Amino acid sequence: MELKNAMAGTLESGDILIQIAPSDVDGLHIELDSTVAYQFGEQIKNVIINTLKELGIEKANVKATDKGALDCTIKARVTAAAVRSTGVDVWA
Amino acid sequence: MERLRRTMMFVPGNNPGMMADAYIYGPDSIMLDLEDSVTMAEKDTARLLVYNALKTIDYGDTEMVVRINPLNTPYGKKDIEAVVKAGVDVIRMPKTETAEEVIEVEREIEKVEKEIGCLGRTQIMAAIESALGVVNAYAIATASKRMMGIALGAEDYSANLKTQRTPEGSELLLARETIVVAARAAGIDALDTVYSNLNDMETFRNEVEAIKKLGFDGKSIINPRQIEVVNEVFAPKEKDIQKSLTILAAIKEAEKKGSGVIAVNGKMVDRPVVLRAQRTIDLAIASGILTKEDIQ
Repeated sequence: MELKNAMAGTLESGDILIQIAPSDVDGLHIELDSTVAYQFGEQIKNVIINTLKELGIEKANVKATDKGALDCTIKARVTAAAVRSTGVDVWA
Repeated sequence: MERLRRTMMFVPGNNPGMMADAYIYGPDSIMLDLEDSVTMAEKDTARLLVYNALKTIDYGDTEMVVRINPLNTPYGKKDIEAVVKAGVDVIRMPKTETAEEVIEVEREIEKVEKEIGCLGRTQIMAAIESALGVVNAYAIATASKRMMGIALGAEDYSANLKTQRTPEGSELLLARETIVVAARAAGIDALDTVYSNLNDMETFRNEVEAIKKLGFDGKSIINPRQIEVVNEVFAPKEKDIQKSLTILAAIKEAEKKGSGVIAVNGKMVDRPVVLRAQRTIDLAIASGILTKEDIQ
């Protein structure tokens, strides 16, 4: 799937800023900056990876700046960034 | 017990922190907003935030409402698809002016409900925010069996009337009375508009007292600080609770004997009086004055 640079989210408390960029290398490359990385870093990365895979994205660079977002917020922000990046909406 | 709608708290649909915390303050309903509080550039992201929040966050007994964008915008249909799929309780239509608009929204809801196999689950409420909407209030209130309430949106309504909002609210009186009468005639709820000056709680309290007297079920609110005031105003007084308990006990006794009409303290008690007594007790329980055990 062809990607272009896109982002979604904010740096407000309880939110996460997701930036997606095309990658030349196979796989999903996540760079995470989080206030709760020590406790939840792996979980946040897993939510990002699973959300992208569900949308058929297997090759991308992702920068995530987390401010304590819940999983549902991470999923929403990743989906929004992915939709903006691919131009393919999730709604009919 | 009838659902109480004393407070419907507005929460911007693009603010995940507020969406996660809103239920903690105990409003009767939470209205996640996809319309006026979200810029056009963020409609897509807000829709996804609201969808995922509704699917994931446990809001308990709080009624979940989403204000969608109108169907004549590029966002309305997608909003309906997202929130119906997420299992929202109520879709709130903004700026409703005709019954046809309600029917059109109902058609879109049905399309999605059929697709996911939950036909009839989603309720509708309409915000009336213009002179035309007020004129058509009863037609709007009865446009669909899904209608659970109509609400006044006073900012747009005042602008449409070419007037301004005043503390005493005389410019809103006809609209408020029309909305309550239309709602009662249709057998649905009536919700009042927001009061946006958080630094003037006295005028807010006066407004809540006034709309309660007019017959409204509750008020749209914009901040958790307003919940306590509304609940206090809507809480029944001790004297009314005692009277209602007496009436309900007497009618229970009469029903056992096969009679529908009784006298309590020399006054006739029939169905309307019993309904009012039941509502007083429901409010007393919701306000924490009584417990369910107290009335058994």
